[in-house]
Amino acid sequence: MSRSRGEHLFDLLNSLLLILLSLITLYPFLFVLIASLSDPKWAIQTRGLIWYPKGFTLEAYRLVFQNPSIITGYLNTLLYVTLGTLLNILMTSFGAYALSRQQVMWKNPVMFLIVFTMFFNGGLIPTYLLIEDLGMADTRWALIIPAAMSAYNLIIMRTSFMSVPSSLEESAKLDGANDFTVLFRVILPLSMPVVAVMILFYGVAHWNSWFSALIYLRTRDLYPLQLILREILITSSTETMTTGVGGSDKMLFGETIKYATIIVATGPILLLYPFLQKYFVKGVMIGAIKG
Amino acid sequence: MSTAIQRPSDSIKPAVDKSGFKYRLIRDAKINKYVYLMLLPVVVYYVVFYYVPLYGLQIAFKDYSPGLGILHSDWVGLKHFKDFFGSHYFSRILRNTLLISFYDLLFTFPASIVLALLLNELRSAMLKRTVQTITYMPHFISIVVVSGMLVDFLARDGLVNNLLHAWFGVQPITFLQESGWFRFVFISSNIWQNIGWGSIIYLSAMAGIDPSLYEASRVDGASRLRQTFHITLPGIMPTVVILLILQIGNFMSVGADKILLLYNPTTYETADVIGTFVYRKGILESNFSYSAAVGLFNSLINFTLLLSANALSRRTSEHKLW
Repeated sequence: MSRSRGEHLFDLLNSLLLILLSLITLYPFLFVLIASLSDPKWAIQTRGLIWYPKGFTLEAYRLVFQNPSIITGYLNTLLYVTLGTLLNILMTSFGAYALSRQQVMWKNPVMFLIVFTMFFNGGLIPTYLLIEDLGMADTRWALIIPAAMSAYNLIIMRTSFMSVPSSLEESAKLDGANDFTVLFRVILPLSMPVVAVMILFYGVAHWNSWFSALIYLRTRDLYPLQLILREILITSSTETMTTGVGGSDKMLFGETIKYATIIVATGPILLLYPFLQKYFVKGVMIGAIKG
Repeated sequence: MSTAIQRPSDSIKPAVDKSGFKYRLIRDAKINKYVYLMLLPVVVYYVVFYYVPLYGLQIAFKDYSPGLGILHSDWVGLKHFKDFFGSHYFSRILRNTLLISFYDLLFTFPASIVLALLLNELRSAMLKRTVQTITYMPHFISIVVVSGMLVDFLARDGLVNNLLHAWFGVQPITFLQESGWFRFVFISSNIWQNIGWGSIIYLSAMAGIDPSLYEASRVDGASRLRQTFHITLPGIMPTVVILLILQIGNFMSVGADKILLLYNPTTYETADVIGTFVYRKGILESNFSYSAAVGLFNSLINFTLLLSANALSRRTSEHKLW
């Protein structure tokens, strides 16, 4: 199949355009990474694009890891991610299993009950008052229980469960298995890709969540990393940034500490991301079939 | 709904009305007892965290006081709605909400479709994979970090101003302090963060198009541009329409949490939207009834838009959400 000159030109421009887009997407992260490793004196003076660290130093990272707020924030986030995701997977599996069985009488009404909430719900204020009334405000539970599952992810998992041949369930039932055994021994082991997608979607959502923490938490010791980040990056309190560091260092490392904090906070996701990519693409596609 | 289970053994037992609702109810409960046991926490969760707040929405028509609680606070009818429609904030936040949503629909939404079409035309599989990997990535970065990077890059002495000065001699612009720039910054960073992620669903729709269509059109001598407009675009149209309906159904809920991170009193003029207003009035100032009314107004518009978009699409094309 021969291609015309116009097509060749299009192919070239198309490739260049997409490479440019990739650079624009990637460079901000690269800039942050390079600047975080650079000597702050140089980082302040420099104007424009940088491609390699100048005056390589890990001092900013040392200061970040000395900051007690960041350490507690990190640990809190790890706790919220682990507990939250575990609960998410359990609840979503239960819901997806129950709602993917063929002969369950109340399946459709329950499905409607759930899907309706995606399009109309009480909104911020009634939910906030509920959490207050339940006594969850300013406790760790406020970040875990109200986010126990998402309707969107339930639909993805349900769609995936439906594709498991029902003959497997039937033969397990003939062998005397109950629904819990079928779910944990038959359906889930056969649905590991979608479980991986769920862990990723829920895990990232917990890792990145900040608004619930902003409205429900008052005690600093409970803050997740994102709230600490907000203080450092946006409300820019240098006190948060450099607790426990002497005077001149504070000013000097102010900027590079910001950059190091970004890297520390997004590092785990950026490192895991390439390995998990194929799973979540699959997840979006499953969701697309019955979204 | 006929979900009663018919098994051969049923026909042996005599004298029970098997089509009766009560009979089916009991039978279903017996057979599916573990299924319902699993469903129980799910239903409890949705009732407590979604339907109880729905019930709590009545405070929009009451003067809620924490001492009296939702049930015993006094009814005030549409007072809070009237206050809101009459306040000088009303036109500002409604305009901002509509404009930001509209720009998002106009620019962010098609951007992903265009990217998917361009990716689909790439000849090199490796380049395609690389571009995909890179452009999906920002989706996983938290809004706090993205906003933090924007604050840093767009500062007076930040990267963007330095580059603008070095390349074009532009005087420093304080982007996030000038209301004229807010929407541009908000929308363009939305595109940056979501263009790749949004394209996945279109790429998967494209993968589902029957290859014989392309072969046939090639035999007929159709160019790639013609193929794009006559095969690829119609092929992904159902997906586009569904996503468009969903987006319209969320028209009024612009990314208020990102705005919350990026705006400040100097940019309220163009940045303050219903979502951020509800947060300030409700959470910060504890004006619960008033802000619940504003929130309800927002949800009602969203829901109406969703229903209209779906109805319109039903009437004009085959594609619909339900």
